[in-house]
Amino acid sequence: MRFHFKTSYDTDIDLFPDWGKRGLYLALLALAAGLPFLINDFYLGEATNVLIWAVAGLGLMLLTGQTGQVSLGHSAFMALGCYTCVLLMEAGAPFVVAFVLAGLITGVVGAAIAVPALRLHGVYLAIATLALAILADDLIVLLAPWTGGVNGKYAPAVTILGLQFNRWSNPAAWYWLALVVVVLVTWAYRNILRTPLGRSFAAVRDSEISAQAMGVDVARTKTMAFGLSCAITGLGGALMGLFSEVFNNETFGFLISIQLVMMIVVGGLGFIHGAFLGAIVISFLPQLLSIVTDTLGRGVAIPGLESAVFGGLLILFILFEPMGLYGRWLKIRVWLELFPFARKDMFRRQKSYLKTERLR
Amino acid sequence: MSLLDIRDVTLKFGGVTAVNALSLSVEEGQVFALVGPNGAGKSTVFNLISRFYTPFGGSIRFDGTDLLALPSHRVPSLGIARTFQNIELFHQATVLQNLLVGRHRHRRAGMVENILFTPRVREEERAHRAAVEEVIDFLDLQPYRDQRIAGLPYGVRKVVELGRALASKPRLLLLDEPASGLSVEETQNMRWWIDDIRRQMGITVLMVEHDMGLVAKVCDRVLALDGGRMIAIGTPAEVQSHPDVIAAYLGTGAISKTADAKGARR
Ligand SMILES: Nc1ncnc2c1ncn2[C@@H]1O[C@H](COP(=O)(O)OP(=O)(O)O)[C@@H](O)[C@H]1O
Ligand SMILES: [Mg+2]
Repeated sequence: MRFHFKTSYDTDIDLFPDWGKRGLYLALLALAAGLPFLINDFYLGEATNVLIWAVAGLGLMLLTGQTGQVSLGHSAFMALGCYTCVLLMEAGAPFVVAFVLAGLITGVVGAAIAVPALRLHGVYLAIATLALAILADDLIVLLAPWTGGVNGKYAPAVTILGLQFNRWSNPAAWYWLALVVVVLVTWAYRNILRTPLGRSFAAVRDSEISAQAMGVDVARTKTMAFGLSCAITGLGGALMGLFSEVFNNETFGFLISIQLVMMIVVGGLGFIHGAFLGAIVISFLPQLLSIVTDTLGRGVAIPGLESAVFGGLLILFILFEPMGLYGRWLKIRVWLELFPFARKDMFRRQKSYLKTERLR
Repeated sequence: MSLLDIRDVTLKFGGVTAVNALSLSVEEGQVFALVGPNGAGKSTVFNLISRFYTPFGGSIRFDGTDLLALPSHRVPSLGIARTFQNIELFHQATVLQNLLVGRHRHRRAGMVENILFTPRVREEERAHRAAVEEVIDFLDLQPYRDQRIAGLPYGVRKVVELGRALASKPRLLLLDEPASGLSVEETQNMRWWIDDIRRQMGITVLMVEHDMGLVAKVCDRVLALDGGRMIAIGTPAEVQSHPDVIAAYLGTGAISKTADAKGARR
C-alpha cells in the first residue's frame, strides 16, 4: 500500500501526486518515444494507428465519460476535421496551421450543433447524433466537387518546416507526429480534469439540478464539452485521413462512431487510460480475428464478422464490466496491494441511491 | 431592509396550488425555519428562490436584487447556497471534488486558461483548496476526503452536501430538512454546526425541518405553512402552540411525535 502524505495543496493540483508516479509516466513516455527503434515498420504503423484512435477516442471520452452525454455522431466530426484540414492544406496552408485550424473549426461547428442537440437527453440525443453521422456521409457525397465524394481524395503530403512525413519512407516520423499530438491532447485533457472546467463537466454529468444550484450554467457547460470533444475528435479525424492517404465518405461512415463508442466503453468510461486501452483493442482486434479465421476457416472470410464481434464485445462489457478494462485493472491492483486481505465481496457493485431529478 | 424578501408569491402545478400568496422576510443573521406537514409547499419555496420555478405573481428580492430577473445559475453568484431534501451530490466524484464544485461561483479564469493551466489557474486552485480544507476541518470530513460519494453512508452524504454549500461562502444558506434521516448523534452535530454557521461564519440560514426539537434549539423565527399558505409566524414556541398549526398537524401528529421522540431519546 502506498500512502500519500500531502504537504501542500500542490500535491493535489499537480499532474502527478509524487515522484513515483511521475517517474512511471516519464518512463512510459520514453518507451513510447523509443518505440521506432524497437519494433519493425509494420507494427510501427499499427502503433501509429493506435495513437490516432486514442486521439479520436479522447474526444468522445470527454463528452461521454466526463460530461455524460452520448454521441453516435462523432464520425461526422472526424470527417469534418479531416476534410477541413486537407482543404486548408490544398489551399496552401502549412500543415501545422491547417491542423490546428481544423480542430478549432470542428470545435466551433460542434458547439453550434450542440446548442439545439443538447436539449435532448439520453436515447434521444443518441438518435439525433446518429442522424448527424448519416447526414455527414451524404453531405460528403453531395459536396463531391470539394470532397471528391465516393471517389475519395488523396491526402496531400505532410511537411513541417521542410521535413517530410511519409508513412512508407519515414514511418518513424509519422509515429512521432501522432505521439506529439496524443501527448498534447492528453495534457490538455488532464488540465481540464483538474480545473473548475472539468469539475463542472462532472457536475453536469451527475446531477444537472445541483450543478445549477452551485452556479454551473448547464447549457453552456454542455456546449463547451461538446465543442471541445468535437475539436479533439476532429484532430483525430484529420490524422486518420492523412495517415490513410486516401479517404472518402466511407472512411468516416457511421460504423466509425459505433467503434468509437465501443472503444471508450471497453477501455473504461471516464478514464484517460480507458481511451488508450480501447484504442489498442480497436486496432488489434481485426488482426486477431483474421489470425483466428485463418487458422480455423483456412482463409475463408466471414462477412460482417468484425462488426458482430465489436457489437458483442460492447454488450458483454456493458453487462459484466461497465468500468471497462481500466476499471478491471484498478480492481486487480487493489487486490494485489491488499493481498492476502482482499475480500471477495469488496468489488460488488455498489447499489447507488436512486438518482432523482425531482425537486421534492 | 431584509436580506431575503418574498412578497405575495404564488405557484401552481396544474390544479395544485403549491405556494399560495406567500410573503416572508428573513433578516441578516437570522436562523429562520419553515415548518408544515408534507406537501405544504416548503421545498417549493426553496425551488422558487433557486429560480427552478417562476412564480405566477409577486416578487423575490435578495439584498435588494430582483431574483426573478436572473436565471437559476446566476443565483449562487449572489451568495445563496442550498442543500436538497433528497441529497443531490455528484455521486461519481470524490468528496473533495464535490466540495470544489461549491467554489464554482468564485472561479475567474476562462475555458482556454483552464485548458492551458496557466499560473493564474494554479493560484485560483490553491485558493479554492484552502477554502475547501477549512470546510473539511469544520465538518470533520477528513476521513472521507478522497472517497467517492457512491460508497458513502447516508449521514455522511448529508454532511458533504452541507459542506458543498458552505464551500461557496454564501450569505444565505438554504437547508432542506438537514436532519431528516440522521441519527440522534448526527442530529446533535447538525445542531452545533448550524449554530456555528450563524455565529462564527455570520451566515443567514433559512431551513425546512420537521424535527421541532431541533427547530426550537437553533431557530429564532418560524413560519408554518399548510397548503401553500402561511398559517402562523413567530418564535418556535408561539408557532408550536398555535391552534391552526396543531390543527394542520392533526392526524399526522408530526410535530408532537418528533418532538416527543427526540425529547425521550435525550
Ligand atoms: N415539480 C412538481 N410537479 C408537480 N407537483 C409538484 C411539484 N413539486 C411539488 N409539487 C406539489 O406541490 C406541493 C408542495 O410540494 P413540496 O413543496 O415538495 O412540499 P413539502 O416540501 O412542504 O413537503 C405538493 O402537493 C406536491 O405534490
Ligand atoms: Mg419538501
